[in-house]
Amino acid sequence: MTVMQAPAYRRAEYHGFAAGGSAFVYLVSAGAIFEVDADVRAVLDRLEGQELTHADMIRALTSEGRDAAEAEALVRELRAARLIQLGAAAPVMPQAPPADFPLQALVLNVTNQCNLACTYCYEFGADKIATPAGKPKYMTLETAKASVDLLIAEAVGRKAVHITFFGGETLMNFRLLRDVVEYANAATAAAGKGITYSLTTNATLLTEEIVTFLSDNRIGVTVSMDGPPEVQDKHRVYKNGKGSYAVIEPRLRTLIANHRTRAVTARVTLTEGVTDVVRIFRHLKDDLGFHEVGFAPVTTGEERAYSIDGKGMDDVLAQFTVLADEWLEYALRGEVHGFTNVSETISELISGVNKSHPCGAGLGLMGVSPSGDLSPCHRFTDADTHVMGHVSSGIDRTKQSDFLARGHVEAKYDCQSCWARPLCAGGCHHEAFVRYGDTGHANLHYCDWIRQWTDTCLRIYGELAVKNPGFLERFAERKGLS
Amino acid sequence: MKHLRPINKKARAIDEAVTQIEAVAQNPDDMEEDVVALQQQPRPHVPMGCTLSFSPGWEVDAGGGTAGLCQPVERDIYDCYVTCFWPVQVPDHVNYSPDWASNCATATKDWRNLDLVFP
Repeated sequence: MTVMQAPAYRRAEYHGFAAGGSAFVYLVSAGAIFEVDADVRAVLDRLEGQELTHADMIRALTSEGRDAAEAEALVRELRAARLIQLGAAAPVMPQAPPADFPLQALVLNVTNQCNLACTYCYEFGADKIATPAGKPKYMTLETAKASVDLLIAEAVGRKAVHITFFGGETLMNFRLLRDVVEYANAATAAAGKGITYSLTTNATLLTEEIVTFLSDNRIGVTVSMDGPPEVQDKHRVYKNGKGSYAVIEPRLRTLIANHRTRAVTARVTLTEGVTDVVRIFRHLKDDLGFHEVGFAPVTTGEERAYSIDGKGMDDVLAQFTVLADEWLEYALRGEVHGFTNVSETISELISGVNKSHPCGAGLGLMGVSPSGDLSPCHRFTDADTHVMGHVSSGIDRTKQSDFLARGHVEAKYDCQSCWARPLCAGGCHHEAFVRYGDTGHANLHYCDWIRQWTDTCLRIYGELAVKNPGFLERFAERKGLS
Repeated sequence: MKHLRPINKKARAIDEAVTQIEAVAQNPDDMEEDVVALQQQPRPHVPMGCTLSFSPGWEVDAGGGTAGLCQPVERDIYDCYVTCFWPVQVPDHVNYSPDWASNCATATKDWRNLDLVFP
């Protein structure tokens, strides 16, 4: 025999925010965003810091003049949407993807050599985890072909695959690129799949011939650079210490003028003293003409000379907010702004992602080192600690499942009470490894930052949903999200 | 839905699901009791431990008494320890405390040897 106690309603996990004169909730269990009316707020306010039984809740709502049937319907709607719940529900965690999750993308580290010696580089700097000694420096065509074959074989059921060319400095092995693209085009066509490409470069070796090749083959280009001359030359230097701005500037202009098939993106690394985000954005977007500009703080272990401290990060966030406001102004007018950090988050909010893992590393995406070793992503390339098979022998499923089990948001204790986990899921595996020695550790050093940034983007999203919903629809179509 | 306006893809999926549930749930009086079948989708939350109605717990049952326990209360600590498959708040014979009762041959005499465990 079982005696049931009358269960009581409590709030489910959500983040409330206001934008454009309306109130919204971001529902954590799902990643869903709802605009809510005054009735919903009345229920949620009633449940502030207390629980109410169904009868008490209905009584409270009817005492404010609502009719009983309306109050019942309101409560039923909120329960069904799981914005309120009876008793303590277990936190709903996103399911892990199936073990045979098909591969979608490979990052080919075509060389681990670089003609620059950027002081903060995760591949060569103080916090490097790569162990390249005795390994090949340049990828051979044979290894590249085996990579393409593996990608096609493992992309079961996918209509299209993607290859990113990466380094080192990618263009130091440009010869390989032509052959790989030719081979991959033919191989994917034979397998009935589409293929897209992208490439990351420091731009020092770009020539007109290379730009034509990139444009003709629709290869998306991301340029790693830090900003105007004095900023760029602070860390992005040649081995003799000479800055690289003067070398890349004319090459960038050639690239941006002649690459007509894909957006050209700049990717900025923020370090101590390089936090003037707005000025850097203006230079890259307005002076040089990049289509999109994205920023990320440098990855460091313990305090390095170039690490950004807490105050620096506050400063960065303040400037991000200035650009985010600008992004919104543009979007309200129906224009594209180009601040990637907002665009990326908005894409994820449109779909309502609810991530089991922070990114696709080791899941739909893997890195390939010049020797053909597989790794979770390009940031683990050539690191003996993170080899996950080889292109000739396939994916090491044991290591892959260990990596994915560690990285699952459910395994990160600190994330369980955070409302931003559907988007963040604990943050970059590589950053966690460098910082805490464990890819499965939540990146606790930027939690507050992520929450504030997510809130900023949610408010942009809410305001657009009220004032210019058409922009969000077009944005989704352009990004292939609809 | 009347009070919640979905504004992203996931919210629209919830809207559709709720509309379906609404169509099924005819009678609002059902809400008070909240009786759900274990097979029903979406699955109800089932707590871990032996507090289900057919396995009601090792100290008190769900009604606060001892009548509905799955073991007589005098035996429950050993029987939970050795035979129960639930991961409950007693030393676990299978996983982390295989030797917990090894110094306690006769419980009525040796019960002082049963110690705290720190899994």
